[in-house]
Amino acid sequence: MPVRGRQTIGENLVSHAEDHEGTRRDFLYYVAGGAGVVATGAAVWPLVNQMNPSADVQALSSIRVDVSGVEPGTQLTVKWLGKPVFIRHRTGAEIAEAQEQDAEGVGALPDPLARNFNLNADAPATDANRVMPSPEGEAPGAWIVQMGVCTHLGCVPLGDAGDFGGWFCPCHGSHYDLAGRIRKGPAPENLPVPPAEWVDNSTIRLG
Amino acid sequence: MSGIPHDHYEPKTDGEKWLNSRLPIVGLIYDTIMIPTPKNLNWWWIWGIVLAFCLVLQIVTGIVLVMHYTPHVDLAFASVEHIMRNVNGGYFIRYLHMNGASLFFVAVYIHMFRGLFYGSYKAPREITWIIGMLIYLMMMGTAFMGYVLPWGQMSFWGATVITGLFGAIPFVGEAIQTWLLGGPAVDNATLNRFFSLHYLLPFIIAALVIVHIWAFHTTGNNNPTGVEVRRGSKAEAEKDTLPFWPYFVIKDLFALAVIMVVFWAIVGFMPNYLGHPDNYIEANPLVTPAHIVPEWYFLPFYAILRAFTGEVWVVQFASFITGGIIDAKFFGVLAMFGAILAMALAPWLDTSTVRSGKYRPMFKWWFYLLVIDFFALMWLGAMPAEEPYATFSLIASAYWFAYFFVILPILGVIEKPLVPPETIEEDFNAHYGKADAEATPAAAPAE
Repeated sequence: MPVRGRQTIGENLVSHAEDHEGTRRDFLYYVAGGAGVVATGAAVWPLVNQMNPSADVQALSSIRVDVSGVEPGTQLTVKWLGKPVFIRHRTGAEIAEAQEQDAEGVGALPDPLARNFNLNADAPATDANRVMPSPEGEAPGAWIVQMGVCTHLGCVPLGDAGDFGGWFCPCHGSHYDLAGRIRKGPAPENLPVPPAEWVDNSTIRLG
Repeated sequence: MSGIPHDHYEPKTDGEKWLNSRLPIVGLIYDTIMIPTPKNLNWWWIWGIVLAFCLVLQIVTGIVLVMHYTPHVDLAFASVEHIMRNVNGGYFIRYLHMNGASLFFVAVYIHMFRGLFYGSYKAPREITWIIGMLIYLMMMGTAFMGYVLPWGQMSFWGATVITGLFGAIPFVGEAIQTWLLGGPAVDNATLNRFFSLHYLLPFIIAALVIVHIWAFHTTGNNNPTGVEVRRGSKAEAEKDTLPFWPYFVIKDLFALAVIMVVFWAIVGFMPNYLGHPDNYIEANPLVTPAHIVPEWYFLPFYAILRAFTGEVWVVQFASFITGGIIDAKFFGVLAMFGAILAMALAPWLDTSTVRSGKYRPMFKWWFYLLVIDFFALMWLGAMPAEEPYATFSLIASAYWFAYFFVILPILGVIEKPLVPPETIEEDFNAHYGKADAEATPAAAPAE
């Protein structure tokens, strides 16, 4: 340490807080402190990150579902990302009824948006915007795929139930129509349509 | 350690001296259990011992249960049934652990309301109070995660709803929720980490309990008069106090025995009374139970969570001024945690100079109303989310906040309190008569 100017014994024994001059010791404090912070962060991050979804959980984010056995008028419930997905094969009558519900006007619905991941966020909630494109040889709107999670508090709605012939949530009484649109009850949004596409004529890929 | 003058441990034999000069542990234990304790403590002061007993009971039964439990989504439910049917005495150990959690919360709520009535949270005991609130929060976390472990329907859906609360946090909520769950939904990763933390937290609670005891041994116990023990000399302090051992230990153990009679009757004859039948159905992510209801000890705060729906003007106002960042769901979460925070802030919200509620004629009634409010919220939390319960919940929640943020600050200003006795000895003698014939001149309290 360089000796500063004229001094009497003890003059240089000032506390660190009173010593405003930048010294080599100050520099070492900052370097040591900075290194300590970086080392702590580097030690903590793996401990935090290990709680994020593991590789096998992430690997399940896309699944293929064989729907060849799903007859018209029935539905299949599969688990995707830990949540139920409803895959319904609608009959001609059901398609007609769902489209008839369109005639009342999308604006009259509690939630006028399609909530379809495969479309733009502002797509209107028409029946056509809610369904899958049909594979060859099937009527348009024959297949509808949606998350089986009530948009109110996350319960699983029941199929073939409710005032609108679609789904009914037993927890707090939300009624969904044949296109999974909320019509009555406390739920704020239509059942969301997940990313879904046909791999071949009888297999749907989710995610 | 204590600020109240009293006898300290003096090692007598050579062996004692040898140990004491190397590790003064006997002295530490002696000073801790011989702490001078106000001799006018009433029966509301027994719940600390009950809480200590509960912590030990839960740790001991828990460690034993872990010897037979398997934390995996395919095996957890079956391993709990294995404990119930095959493990020797396993059903009883599990019922003790289940109902032990309920006794723990009964005790902690009475202990907290005791503190709220007698002003135990006030200076100089704020740190004791804050540590206590931290213990209470950890207890809630531990109980919630423990309830998930049997992997029944209520376990699964309770975990889904409660972790969903974190999803309500603006911007980062979904990332936090995924991080907490270890995936997009409650699953094996969630079960495993909850098991790990459920095992860890009781030991952190135990450490906090030591700090809690350390804090109130430094300030001395509060007492029903709220008057401080005189500390001028040892002789003076002895007029206000008795040593914790044996006087209060025996009293507390007697109370514990009475409580144990009730507790063992419940464990033996109605062990599932406080549980939900749905939790004996294995968790199924594809089917929701008709009513998702938390355990009874969470109901008051669950009611506050649900009370603030989108139709409430406060919620609409909060949503408006934050540009929609605080929506109804997030507001509910804030209200729930805020209700607990309000209690923690009591030392700074209560402006009254008189500590004990006994000498506060107006405070008393507001306090009794708070107790009624607490039970009302508990009842409302179990009711379906519809009218008229929704309106009642809102009124009851509003009172909870009003008590802490409006009534406590104002009462200190407008209330004319009664005059507490000069000393603890005076209060004691008024109740039990003088122990000896000597007249004791009323000295000025040390306060």
